[in-house]
Amino acid sequence: MSVETFQQYTYIIAAGCFILALKWLSRPSTARRGVTIGEIGMAIAILGALLTRGMTYNWIIVGLILGALIGLPLAIFMPMKDVPQRTALSHSFGGLAAAVVGTAEYYLHARAGATPLTHFEMTALVLEVLLGYLTFTGSLMAFGKLQELLPSRPMVYKGQNFVNLTLFAIAVACGVVLVVDPSRTALFPVLAALSLLFGVLLIIPIGGADMPTVISLLNSYAGLSASAMGFVLNNPLLIVAGALDGSSGLILSIIMCRAMNRSFTNVLFGGFGQVAQAGGTKEQRPYRSVSAEEAASILEAASRVVIVPGYGMAVAQAQHKVRELYDSLTKSGVDVKFAIHPVAGRMPGHMNVLLAEADIPYDRLIEMDEINPEFAQTDVVVVIGANDVTNPAAKTDKTSPIYGMPILDVDKASTVMVIKRSMSPGFAGIDNDLYYMDKTMMLFGDAKAVTGDLVKELAASKAGV
Amino acid sequence: MSNNLTIYLFIFMLATFIGLEVIKRVSPLLHTPLMSLTNAISAISLVGSIELTGTHYHDHLAVTLGTIAITASFANVVGGFVITDRMLKMFKKREPVKTGASSGGAA
Repeated sequence: MSVETFQQYTYIIAAGCFILALKWLSRPSTARRGVTIGEIGMAIAILGALLTRGMTYNWIIVGLILGALIGLPLAIFMPMKDVPQRTALSHSFGGLAAAVVGTAEYYLHARAGATPLTHFEMTALVLEVLLGYLTFTGSLMAFGKLQELLPSRPMVYKGQNFVNLTLFAIAVACGVVLVVDPSRTALFPVLAALSLLFGVLLIIPIGGADMPTVISLLNSYAGLSASAMGFVLNNPLLIVAGALDGSSGLILSIIMCRAMNRSFTNVLFGGFGQVAQAGGTKEQRPYRSVSAEEAASILEAASRVVIVPGYGMAVAQAQHKVRELYDSLTKSGVDVKFAIHPVAGRMPGHMNVLLAEADIPYDRLIEMDEINPEFAQTDVVVVIGANDVTNPAAKTDKTSPIYGMPILDVDKASTVMVIKRSMSPGFAGIDNDLYYMDKTMMLFGDAKAVTGDLVKELAASKAGV
Repeated sequence: MSNNLTIYLFIFMLATFIGLEVIKRVSPLLHTPLMSLTNAISAISLVGSIELTGTHYHDHLAVTLGTIAITASFANVVGGFVITDRMLKMFKKREPVKTGASSGGAA
């Protein structure tokens, strides 16, 4: 068997491993097996690539060492609360890799005497470069916002959509000309620069609450650029792996959009939160604030409790205190569940990872559709750092910017406790009707501190009995 | 070439549908690990980067860009798999209720 044939076989096996990896990831019981088979597939593919005839290895080794030095510490020491940032960063790496390979391929083929690329290969290359560079800068922007190096508010200005779309149209036009006539080398840097710029401009108007959708979308782009690279390099393994990633990102973005009752175009060009600021005639409404002691005595008397975590829990790093609260209540015979909204947090599944980190068993983490019918039979709901996903206005108030968004039916429970820093409205700038209901009690303070106080009060009253 | 073209589009189409079907079945519980795993998998662009860098060693631009690409994609390979496993290790079923020592506010 020739080296080339053997190499093709390694690629076929690797592609099979990747599909199995995703299949096994579907359930927690087999998920870790999925990671192992994915690693095996990757190792086989790398081995196959290294067998290519007539290679020198010096720079490959340099790249591999540098990559390991960057990748390993990021994965090993990154605290779980920073997973969204790390994910954004790795999307930018993926985009960068595809884009620079595309750039190199273009100049290799554009040189005098080289075989020119076919129109089809050139189309793939333009897509690879366009998606790659815009994913690179777009993901860096997302990283900056998540890491709070940049303001996480949406930054909007007049004519923003017009500017963005015009730039994008010029980039696409450059791409089309390059496909028709690849020898116009002057246009290539223009295409690259516009793609880089467009990535930045695309993310500027995106606010923190839209991050789950945007991260998923960038995930999809990174995959598609890898797939396009496969078309350019005549490598079906890249096409398959990139398509798997692309479809995964697509599914996640659709789920995220649905969970906010918004469309892609609305997320990307909508400028969320402006409406709320416009209609901001806020009259003072009465609400009830209680102490940890009172809250604890109500929790003790409950038999079913649902905890609703949100981004505020992640920011305050309150998940370990939440775990103590869960333990304390469970030991007194209270049935405690967690209600997880799909867009709670800054990326898909964010809350699940944080709660799992705090050792909360995953069969207690219930999805929105499954938990919603249970709220009517729930004695106490404890909302920790979640806001818009519990706002009943999404169902009742047609003028609300979040009208139509699926929410957790927290207002159906007998008693609602909200742990919150102050009465100031949430991220989207929308007042939450839930806070003014008769059955609602506000516990003001840092999520971690207040949850800790609740645990202390519960322990004290147990000891006292 | 036109032959390869159609075959590649075919492969892309089939892989997309397999991806959609498989990923639809992933529990929302695991959406974060899903994203980091697909990230590691799409870092397969490493294979293309290796071929580019290794075979065009005489071309400065190709070697420079190729080494950048190897660095970026290998960082994703290593990091992606490691952090996915780190996350999945944390997902546990309910343990039998512990007694005594580890009560409420103790930790």
